[in-house]
Amino acid sequence: MATDITDTGVQSPIGEINKYDFRTTSKGVFKAKKGLNAEIVHQISDIKDEPDWMRKFRLDSLDIFNSKPMPKWGGDINLDFQDIYYYLKPTEKQGKTWDDVPAEIKETFEKLGIPQAERQYLAGVKAQFESEVVYGSLQEDLAQKGVIFTDTDTALREHPELLKEYFGKVIPPHDNKFAALNSAVWSGGSFIYVPPGVEIEFPLQTYFRINEESMGQFERTLIIVDEGAKIHYVEGCTAPMYSSESLHSAVVEVIAKKGSRCRYSTIQNWANNIYNLVTKRAMAYADATMEWVDGNLGSHLTMKYPAVYLMEPGARGEILSIAFAGKHQHQDTGAKLVHCAPNTSGQIISKSISKDGGRGSYRGLVRVEEGATNTKCSVVCDALILDPESQTDTYPYIEIMEPDVAIGHEASVSRIGEEQLFYLMSRGLSEAEASTMIVNGFIEPLVKELPMEYAVELNRLIELQMEGSVG
Amino acid sequence: MTDVLKIENLHVSVEEKPILNGVNLELKRGETHALMGPNGSGKSTLGFAIMGHPKYEVTEGRILLNDVNVTELEADERARLGLFMAFQRPIAIPGVRLADFLRHATTNVRNPERKEGEDLIPMREFRREIKEKMNQLQMDTEFARRYVNDGFSGGEMKRAEILQLAMLQPKFAILDETDSGLDADAVRLASQSIAQIGGEEMGLLIITHHDKLLEHNPPSHAHVMLGGRIVESGGVELAHELHSSGYDRVRKAYPEAAAMEREMQDEEQTV
Repeated sequence: MATDITDTGVQSPIGEINKYDFRTTSKGVFKAKKGLNAEIVHQISDIKDEPDWMRKFRLDSLDIFNSKPMPKWGGDINLDFQDIYYYLKPTEKQGKTWDDVPAEIKETFEKLGIPQAERQYLAGVKAQFESEVVYGSLQEDLAQKGVIFTDTDTALREHPELLKEYFGKVIPPHDNKFAALNSAVWSGGSFIYVPPGVEIEFPLQTYFRINEESMGQFERTLIIVDEGAKIHYVEGCTAPMYSSESLHSAVVEVIAKKGSRCRYSTIQNWANNIYNLVTKRAMAYADATMEWVDGNLGSHLTMKYPAVYLMEPGARGEILSIAFAGKHQHQDTGAKLVHCAPNTSGQIISKSISKDGGRGSYRGLVRVEEGATNTKCSVVCDALILDPESQTDTYPYIEIMEPDVAIGHEASVSRIGEEQLFYLMSRGLSEAEASTMIVNGFIEPLVKELPMEYAVELNRLIELQMEGSVG
Repeated sequence: MTDVLKIENLHVSVEEKPILNGVNLELKRGETHALMGPNGSGKSTLGFAIMGHPKYEVTEGRILLNDVNVTELEADERARLGLFMAFQRPIAIPGVRLADFLRHATTNVRNPERKEGEDLIPMREFRREIKEKMNQLQMDTEFARRYVNDGFSGGEMKRAEILQLAMLQPKFAILDETDSGLDADAVRLASQSIAQIGGEEMGLLIITHHDKLLEHNPPSHAHVMLGGRIVESGGVELAHELHSSGYDRVRKAYPEAAAMEREMQDEEQTV
C-alpha cells in the first residue's frame, strides 16, 4: 500500500500541497497503522526492544499528550493526530526512492551544488552517507577521547545508564503537548556525550552520522557536555528537508555542565506542508556557555523557541534565531532565557523576514527568578517585511522577580525601503539583486556565526527564496 | 559623436503634486553645469527624475540619453546606460559591505548585458582597482569593509559617494549638494577628487548652493531654477553672481516663477 495524500480528495488547509507528489513505498518496511494509541507505542517499543523504563516513559507520555489541550497561542494548527503515521521502520535500501523527492527540492539541491550522494542522504533516501571512511576515522578519533556520537536509539541500547540519567530531564513530557507527543513516539535523533575537559575543535555534523532515521519526524536529540568540555554541533544543514508526513516534532535537550561550552547550529528548510513543532532547551551550569544558532526556512507553520536555563552563577546563554516566512508560511519563532542564578547573562538576537504574504512572529521569554541578582540580558529583535501582503508580530514576555538586573529589549520592524532599493538600483543593481543584497545584509549577524560552508549555503538558499523559484 | 543628455519640457509630480513645470536642459559629455536656486525650487527633484526614482512621476516631457528615451526606464537600466547620481542623503544598508555592493554595481555597469548569476568582475582585479581609487581619494582601504553608509559621518557618506562615482565612471553624473554638511576643507577635497577622477570626461550636473565645489570643476554653464523651472542660464559668471548676491534679482525678474515658488511653499506648509 502506498500513501498518497494527493489522492484523498480532501482540501488541504495548506493549499499548495498538490505541488508535491508525496508517496512512500511500503515494500519491506514496517509501518505502524495510522493514528496514535497505546498499541502503536507498544509496537514501537517492541521493535526497538527497549527497556521497560522507556516503554513506561512512552506510555506515560502518551497519557500526558492526550490530557493536554492544544496550545492556545502561536500559529493555527490544523492537524488530525489520528491521520498520521507515527512510526515507519526504515530498513536498508528501502523506503523512499529518489523519484519520490519533490521536484522543487531536487532543483534546490542542484542549485546549491550539493553532490549527488549527499542529496540522496539529505532527502532521506539514502540512509548512509557515502563517506564512511571519513566517518570511520572521525569516530575513531572521537572514541579515543571518550566521546560518544551516535543516534539516540543506539545510545539507548549501548549507554542505558546515560540515557536513564539524562533523558527527558531537561524537557519532561509534561512540558508541552508536543514534547509529550515526541516522548511517546520518538525515534532516532542524535546522542552526544563529551567527557570532562575534551574539546572538539571541528564542528560535529549529522552528515557524518550513520543513522537511518536522521530525518525522522519525531527525532530526539540529547547532548551532554561534561565539565570543561567544548563542542560545536551542526544539525541538518541548509539543504531542504522534506518529510512524507505533515508533522515534524522533535525534542532537543542539552546539558552544559560547569565551565563547558556548547554551540548548536541548525538551519532548516522544510517542505511547505510541514508543521514543524520543535522543543529545544539547554541547561547551563556554572560558568558554562550555551549558544543556539537556529535558522528556519520553509514549513507551513514552525513553532520553535530554543531556550537556555541558566542554572548556576556565571552561566551564559546566547540565542541567534532567524526565520524566513514565504507564501502560506507562518514562522512563529523566538527564544527563551531563564535566569535561575545570580551573575548569569544572556543575549537574544532574533531576525525574521516575511515575503509574499508570509507571516513572521517573534515570541520570546526572558525570566529572572527570585535571587538571580546581577543578571544581564539583552534582546534585539528585528523584522524585515518585503511586501505589503506580509506580516510580522512581536510577543515579548519579560518576567522579572528580582530588582537588581539589567534587561534590554530592542525591537524594530522595517520594510525593504523604496529608498534602499532605489539607492542600490541607481548603481546598476537589478531590483532582484538589490533586494537579495538587502536581505543578506539583514541576516549578516547570523551568517557570521556559521561555519563557512553553511554561511555560503544559507546565502544561496536565501537567494533562491528571493527568486521565488523554490519553496 | 559626443554623448548628450537632453531634458525636454519635463513635468514631474510627487504624490500628484507638481514640482517641475517644464524643464529644458542639454548637457554634453565633458561639460560641467551648475544648477542653482533657492531651497524647494525643484533641483533635487530634477536629479531624482533623471535617475528614475519611482516616486517622481514624469507627467509630461522626456529624458533622452543620446537618442534613447530613458523616461520610462528603471533606475538600474539608466545606471547601466551611464547615468549616476551622488545623493545628498545616501541611505544606509546595514550588513552590506561597501566593497561587495560596489563589485556588483561595477560589474553591472561595465557589462550591462550580464545576466543574473553570471560571474562578477574577478576579485583580484576589483580589489586592485578599488584600492587604487581609495588611495587617490585619500581614503583608508578598511573603509570598503564597512556597511554601506551605516554609521557614516556626513563627510564619510559624501566621500563614499565620490568613491562610487570613481568606480562606476558614468557618462553623466548628477551631484546633489555633495558639499552640504562638509566643512571648507572637505569641500575642497571633494572638489579636487571629482576633478581628479575624470570630471572632465563626464557630463556633470552640479547642484549646489556654494561655489566652492565648483573651484576645481569650473562650470561651462550655470542655470537658475525657480518655481520648478529653469528661468535663466548663463556661464560661470552667473554662478558667481548668484553666490554673492542671492536670488532676489531672479525673483524680481521672473515674477511668475516666483509666484509659483510661493505657492509651492504655501502648499508645503499646509500639508
